[in-house]
Amino acid sequence: MSHTLAFIVLLPLLGFLLNGVLGTVLLGKPVSERVVRAIGCGAPLAAFALTVRAFLALRAGDYAPIVEPLYQWAAVGGTTFDVAFYLDRLSAVMTLVVTGVGSVIHVYSTGYMHGDKSYGRFFAYLNLFLFFMLLLVLGRSLLVLFVGWEGVGLASYLLIGFWFDDLTNARAGRKAFITNRIGDAGFLIGMFLLHQAFGTFDMDTINAGFASGTASVSGVSVTLIALALFVGATGKSAQIPLYVWLPDAMAGPTPVSALIHAATMVTAGVFLVARMSAVYMAAPDASQVMAVIGVATAFFAATMALVQTDIKKVLAYSTVSQLGFMFLALGVGAYGVAIFHVVTHAFFKACLFLGAGSVIHALGGEQDVRKMGGLRTRIPITFWTFAIATAAIAGIPGLAGFFSKDQILWYAFASSRGGSPWLWGVAALTALMTAFYMCRLFWLTFMGPSRMDAAVEAHVHESPLSMTGVLMLLAALSAGGGYLAIPRFLEAQLPLPAVVGSLEHYEHTLLGVSIALAFAGVAIAIFMFSTPSRAEAVRQRVMPLHRLLSGRYFVDELYERVLVKPLEWVSATVFLRGGDRAVLDGSLHGLASVAQRAAAVLSRAQTGSLHLYVLLVMVGIAGALFWGWRHG
Amino acid sequence: MGDAALLNLMLWLPLVGVGLLLVARGNDLRTRWLTLGVMVAQLVLTAWLYQRFDDTAVALQFSTDAPWIPQWGVQYLVGLDGFNVLLVALTALLGPLVVLGAFRSIDRDVTLFHVMLLLLQFAMMGALLAQDLFLFYVFWEAMLIPMFLIIGIWGGSRRVYATLKFFLFTAFGSILMLAAVIYLVVSLKASGGVSSFAFTDLYQSRLPLDTQSLLLGAFALSFAIKVPMFPLHTWLPDAHVEAPTAGSVILAGVLLKMGTYGFMKLGFPLFPDAARMYTPVLMTLAVVSIVYGACLALVQDDIKKIIAYSSISHLGYVMLGLLSLELIGIQGAIIQMVSHGLVAAGLFLLVGMVYERCHTRQLDEYGGLARLIPVFSVFFMIFTLASVGLPLTSGFTGEFFALLGAFRAAWPAHVAGNSGPLVLAVVAASGVVLGALYMLRFALTFLFGPTKAPHQPLADLSGRERLVLGVLAVAVFALGLFPAGVLRKTEAAARSYQALVLTPRLPGGAP
Amino acid sequence: MDKVQLLLWLSMALFAIGLLGVVIRRNALVLLMCMELMLNGVNLSLVAFSHQRGDAAGAILVLLIFVVATAEIALAIPIVLLLVRHRRSMNVGEYSDLKG
Repeated sequence: MSHTLAFIVLLPLLGFLLNGVLGTVLLGKPVSERVVRAIGCGAPLAAFALTVRAFLALRAGDYAPIVEPLYQWAAVGGTTFDVAFYLDRLSAVMTLVVTGVGSVIHVYSTGYMHGDKSYGRFFAYLNLFLFFMLLLVLGRSLLVLFVGWEGVGLASYLLIGFWFDDLTNARAGRKAFITNRIGDAGFLIGMFLLHQAFGTFDMDTINAGFASGTASVSGVSVTLIALALFVGATGKSAQIPLYVWLPDAMAGPTPVSALIHAATMVTAGVFLVARMSAVYMAAPDASQVMAVIGVATAFFAATMALVQTDIKKVLAYSTVSQLGFMFLALGVGAYGVAIFHVVTHAFFKACLFLGAGSVIHALGGEQDVRKMGGLRTRIPITFWTFAIATAAIAGIPGLAGFFSKDQILWYAFASSRGGSPWLWGVAALTALMTAFYMCRLFWLTFMGPSRMDAAVEAHVHESPLSMTGVLMLLAALSAGGGYLAIPRFLEAQLPLPAVVGSLEHYEHTLLGVSIALAFAGVAIAIFMFSTPSRAEAVRQRVMPLHRLLSGRYFVDELYERVLVKPLEWVSATVFLRGGDRAVLDGSLHGLASVAQRAAAVLSRAQTGSLHLYVLLVMVGIAGALFWGWRHG
Repeated sequence: MGDAALLNLMLWLPLVGVGLLLVARGNDLRTRWLTLGVMVAQLVLTAWLYQRFDDTAVALQFSTDAPWIPQWGVQYLVGLDGFNVLLVALTALLGPLVVLGAFRSIDRDVTLFHVMLLLLQFAMMGALLAQDLFLFYVFWEAMLIPMFLIIGIWGGSRRVYATLKFFLFTAFGSILMLAAVIYLVVSLKASGGVSSFAFTDLYQSRLPLDTQSLLLGAFALSFAIKVPMFPLHTWLPDAHVEAPTAGSVILAGVLLKMGTYGFMKLGFPLFPDAARMYTPVLMTLAVVSIVYGACLALVQDDIKKIIAYSSISHLGYVMLGLLSLELIGIQGAIIQMVSHGLVAAGLFLLVGMVYERCHTRQLDEYGGLARLIPVFSVFFMIFTLASVGLPLTSGFTGEFFALLGAFRAAWPAHVAGNSGPLVLAVVAASGVVLGALYMLRFALTFLFGPTKAPHQPLADLSGRERLVLGVLAVAVFALGLFPAGVLRKTEAAARSYQALVLTPRLPGGAP
Repeated sequence: MDKVQLLLWLSMALFAIGLLGVVIRRNALVLLMCMELMLNGVNLSLVAFSHQRGDAAGAILVLLIFVVATAEIALAIPIVLLLVRHRRSMNVGEYSDLKG
């Protein structure tokens, strides 16, 4: 029995431990950047190599799932909780993406983080993240998945707040963790319900139970399970109503945004749903909810992305929006297509974020697109790679994003599992906006005249090879990634939904429409932003709407008013001041003072007069005698 | 020497230590080392017994049974079983760590302090090992006095108020329990003719429901004060805040667990019918404790109070698991007890260490400690995350099983038309969000942001402090990563608890 | 009316007189004497019962009471003397501040 999968998972953990101890100030002086780099990049690269090996083994075995038990975590009564790894087509795809994209982002970080005082800590955290992410995608049981699920949340928390000297960064990390925790509570409930129904957390067993229809779902509503798990997914994958943490998460270093908040972690929710697809197949209502939430998230996030001025914020909202697309695909039963989009999105969004990182690096930390422009010639490699990735996300035919997005649109329209024209309509409109805002971002950053401060402009420089090389690689993948036929590869495991027969002949029409939309979005953006006054005029025209959008619909403020403040108020005023201090301690102190006062009254009877005492004694004796006589 | 003799040696060792301290009155350093030696010896003995403990046997192991007051049927009956084995191990583990943790912080009446620590250790061990109600009661009361003195003599500025409150609450509960104990034994003699205080005999008692309810009420009040459960918890924050670090560690680490242990070992199994009848009430109180403790921890400005209120919340999960009467839930409750013992001890030690350096407990006077004292911060983060219940730490194992048990118990009731337990379980599950909320608020202000500390420069942890926290951290991870071995030790006890509480024992019914 | 009954009446009279004295008199020495009177009333009843029952237990008890009463007086008189020396008054009403 080989332990390839275990090694894939544990190598990054080893990297974390080594870098965490040696590369930080814990033992005095940290080791040199070179050693940190070797450990930090060595672990994921080795994991990637092992993943390729495991994938080849999987293929050699005709894609029969590889199960690799590690140890028994716990056993209670007859119920056992095993830690085992599971490699099938789905987890193979995810593992390749995670280790592959993860590795290149590690390499990129060696350049990006060069000279940071916490270099070792950064790579330690990054490796820790990879460990948990691999646990998440390779776990056989929901429990292992959940361990990874919570763990990536922790890594994300640590990395968002990486530069914790600024309290806002640390706050953003906390917000991410808490919001994710809300989702996790839902996830936990879903897990408990599944355990109630099946007595196990092994996902293959659960899926098989649902698929064969023999599941003894003892009074447990499948819809409830599906919705509870989906709550978890909305947290991790930043869907309405729990998406608010992701834009703030951009406080972390840019490679983190690329790896965690674009390429891998945020797609964990999509992976979860695809993993538990049998549950969702049995729960059409929940799937419908998922599709609606997905498309709504895609739409609203895209509207917010239209007006953001921070280069990373635009990309963040774009990520939320793209995740919405994925959930739309999941909701209409096209699980393989959703995973396809996960993969292509990982390529082009990682490329975009890393490109943005390169821009920020070049400008010495500037993130505001209003202070950019004209970078086309100054940082050409970044410019070209960014251009390719922008085209890919905008849906320009032939590039990666086009294929996956087009399939999502098609199934949203025609799937027999909940597709409908209005889903397609909203999604298509969102695709138009996507092309527009990405092109706007691209134009403001690279084209037109320079709006940079003179001091910044003097220092603009192209990034080192460790960064540009990665950008080129990812740009190539963004261009060619669409030719990986992932839905077909996954079809044996995640069958695509049937297409409603009467709609089949619309396919080419819709294809044409979506190509037209992509170009239209690009064209409008270029038309507007090539002449700055034109954009300004439009902005003035729709000022209230603009304010609403740049205020992000004031959702953060709403949550603050509706959730955070009342919770604090209840805790501080009702519970602490009212409950603990007034009622509980108050009644206690009240009792004490009653006792004191009663004692004060009674002590007055002690006058010091012997005669009174004797008299009282006599009265007492007489009373006792009388009572004795009456009751004798 | 037989294992039973070793168990007795282990139990009485602290008392021997007291004798040594009194004889060998010398400089403070010798006192500290001597106490440490005794505690370590006790830990070694416990470790030996722990690994000799046979987890397949239901019966008492390494037991000693000697008559003590034969006229009343009182015995000196001590032994290990699945109920107490983990808590005994926890107590023995915390002993040396407490001594080490207080190495520098106590500089007044050093001998007396260590005598108190040893007496407390003796009483706690005794209460855990006792298998005779009278013996248990004696140890139970004996725990109070050293704790009372530790807070009262070495405590903070409001120590008199805190000690008084602590004493009144616990003494009130104890007196009720004493009355119930006497009543129970007398009625057992009247009905069955047996005059015995042994737990196993008392488990045979058959009492009418209303008597059971009354007695359960008395026991439950006493235990619930110790746990503490809402609304009997207000003594805890005051006691914790005023207590010296060592006091807080023992209080949170072991003493609170005496309450839940009491429920598990005595309260519910002695009066099963009443226990089942009042389960909804108790469960509601447990869930209220979870939420209420968490909410209050959220708005505290005193760093010790945050941890104190978090204890209330965490022990709510223990009660939830115990009340679920599902094997998984019971096991989860036991793990959660140990986990909370480790985590709260670690957090109080950490807070104590920073207090020694800065002399303030106000949260907002700190900031950016991660930059100033990184090793401290790493440990702080580990224990914070364990407290939040992050997977791979002990906190997760306990909470997860307790909640799973609660769900498993609640779902059939829900299907049968009673959704109350399910609502409670869902609320309890949402408690994990609140847990993250207050602990991360604590960590945020404490560790992150611009550096701020009242007494700079701050020295990072010394080797001694790293050792203490390292041991606890290892235990936290061990329980999170490999709970299987520990769960096996307690499984038989959990089963017998479940059987005892689920079997009706009203008079007249079939046995 | 036989002898025992007569003695009981006598003892009750002694007790009552003593009690009355304790209640109404103010002089500390008189109070002490009245208390002795009460004690002796009880003693008398004990002796009478002892005689009636024909065993010696009551008589022995009386002897014990004598001892206790003597000790009590031996303590009480010096205390009274000290008080008198202190305040020049035998009136117990003036000592009510001794209640503490």
